[in-house]
Amino acid sequence: MDILVILLISMGTFFFFTSTIGLLRLPDFYSRMHATGKGDTLGALLSLLGLALLCGWSLTSLKILFISVFVFITSPTATHALLRAAFDSKVKPWTKDGKIMREAKGRRK
Amino acid sequence: MDALTLSILVFLCLYRVVVGPGVFNRLVGASVIGTKTLIILVLIGFLYGRVEMFIDISLVYALLNFIVTISAAKYFQRRGAL
Repeated sequence: MDILVILLISMGTFFFFTSTIGLLRLPDFYSRMHATGKGDTLGALLSLLGLALLCGWSLTSLKILFISVFVFITSPTATHALLRAAFDSKVKPWTKDGKIMREAKGRRK
Repeated sequence: MDALTLSILVFLCLYRVVVGPGVFNRLVGASVIGTKTLIILVLIGFLYGRVEMFIDISLVYALLNFIVTISAAKYFQRRGAL
């Protein structure tokens, strides 16, 4: 049981580390959201599952599982709302040769 | 150990909040810091041996992080290009 807890929390920390590297190193707002939206959700889910296993059968463990379900619902929703707001206020996506993608120019007025 | 690693990652994310070009990069950095702080609060509860109190604080923090991100996104969506 202890080995499972250590494995889950280490994998959660690894996903947090990956999302932080993506937030710092990727060139664009959209690609940064791509890195953090998934890495943060999975890291929080794995860490909270490990902590709930560490706590055993109690009301506290149930509350930790409730927090993990809540994060699993709300974090992609927040990512989607933020991306849509950025797309509506015409933040330009990054391309390799510096041209602006045609799709993002005038799709939503 | 784990709490220390997450704290270092929070300080690395703070770079994107301070430097990041535009409002939306700062909002992403704030959202990521909020998610990491939620885990750090539960870990602090385990370290101090009072998990029952820190779980409720962490739950409220998750709600506040979600509401702040949604409302800021709506506000800057209505306000237009920045």
